[in-house]
Amino acid sequence: MRDVWTRRSFLASLAAAGASAAFRPSIAAAYPGPRGPILTRAIPSSGELLPVIGLGSSITFNVGNDPAAESVCADVMGVFFTEGGRLVDSSPMYGSSQEVIGYGLKKLGQPKALFSADKVWVSDGGEGPGQIRTSEAHWGVPRFDLLQVHNLLGWEEHLPVLYKMKDAGRLRYVGVTTSHGRRHGDVEKILRKEPLDFVQFSYNAVDREVEERLLPLAQERKIAVICNRPFQKGDLIERVQRAPLPGWAAEIDCANWAQVLLKFVVSHPAVTCTIPATSKVAHMRENIGAAYGRLPDAGMRKKIVEAVEKI
Amino acid sequence: MSEWWTYSLSDLILFSRAAYFRLFELYNAAIWPAQIAVFAVGVAILERSLRGGARPGRARGIAALLAAAWIWVAIAFHAARYATLNTAAPVFAWIFAIEAALLLGIGVVRGRLLFGRPETASEWCGFVLFVFALAVLPFAALLCGRGLRAAEIFGLAPDPTAVGTLGLVLMAKSRPRWPLMIVPTIWCVATGAILSVLKTPDFWIAPLAAAIAVVAAFTGRSAAHV
Repeated sequence: MRDVWTRRSFLASLAAAGASAAFRPSIAAAYPGPRGPILTRAIPSSGELLPVIGLGSSITFNVGNDPAAESVCADVMGVFFTEGGRLVDSSPMYGSSQEVIGYGLKKLGQPKALFSADKVWVSDGGEGPGQIRTSEAHWGVPRFDLLQVHNLLGWEEHLPVLYKMKDAGRLRYVGVTTSHGRRHGDVEKILRKEPLDFVQFSYNAVDREVEERLLPLAQERKIAVICNRPFQKGDLIERVQRAPLPGWAAEIDCANWAQVLLKFVVSHPAVTCTIPATSKVAHMRENIGAAYGRLPDAGMRKKIVEAVEKI
Repeated sequence: MSEWWTYSLSDLILFSRAAYFRLFELYNAAIWPAQIAVFAVGVAILERSLRGGARPGRARGIAALLAAAWIWVAIAFHAARYATLNTAAPVFAWIFAIEAALLLGIGVVRGRLLFGRPETASEWCGFVLFVFALAVLPFAALLCGRGLRAAEIFGLAPDPTAVGTLGLVLMAKSRPRWPLMIVPTIWCVATGAILSVLKTPDFWIAPLAAAIAVVAAFTGRSAAHV
């Protein structure tokens, strides 16, 4: 990423940052980043800006009681925050991931930039508040910024509780999630009738079903979109890395395939951010690099899809 | 959970291959040198089952040791360690505890698990499976590049314990075998599926061992009926 950063793109981003800062000075100024301003998107319900690259914790942060692996995860988080990242996402479903995040946050001195996103994942609505308190304790945070109903499990019971928490100032945003293309019909119905702040689903250069209905609907309903599985749980990045990085990747300031795939996701106008997960510091640097520089336009997005489909 | 049908197995395996085998490394380090003692117990079980295991007292001892292995794996592995990675591990712990209870009930209380020198093809098959679980499976880690620190030992780790139990049950002179084979067979299939999602090259070993055991048990029963 650093190698391909050009003076022209730097100035372009600087200008964009200036425009952004004029509207949202506090947030934009806080994360200048080492290569110009970090790319951000506004949460429609509040206007708060979020960097387009977040940090997922599914699989990669589920390391059990392994002190060495916990330490590496904390290093990954350190790079994420140093490079301007904010949104960290987890779930009670992800084994030890919440505890590992809590360990990392403590080690990093509870970074003020943190935007904490977790989920409630229990079928009995009555058990939701208890699970949320346990999750807060694992993270070591007094409250979450965003709570999502994981995979729509018990959403009818959980959403009223989350709305009440939000009204009482115990929570800032409410959302629902799905992944791997599950239950898109149900997600659509919920997006149409519920006053959600966020929705999360899978989207990447191969799995593009959400472009048809869910992404336009979220945009219409002014709901922020978090995209999970940008690398298809690693399968997609493994696949594309068989081919050399196309020359045109430099035109969107990408130094590797990871950045191409991530910029494809976050360049969709309805997408707020994506949450790649990794347990490697080097991969974290690559991923967060996608939050800097130019984004692909419609023509380039088409080129990315064609290139990936050919591999 | 009413939405189970929407999940595939890979959606539920939310840990990496590296984290899974690191679990065995840490587990082995924590209980060292118990591995040596448990291996010796495994050899003793084999020796006793071959020589005079048909005597009820000795057979009860073998069943009790086997039950102890299953309850140990249930508590020390599934509940205490695997549960930190896999939310389904507490269920696995209960399933292993059920097998321990069956071994205690059938083998110790009722004394219906009698052994002797293998004579039939299915009994020899059981002998080979037990030796394989005891002496070969731990080295599967080496063959797959994981190192001996992640070795899975009979009596301490679930896969060799399940395969070894299938072997011992096949070696048994007494009938019926099926009640004691159900849980190990289910585990062998489950672990094969999990390891296949984790893309480990040796994912097929436990399911193949279970398939061999089931076929041997079935053919053994057919031969007994002739």
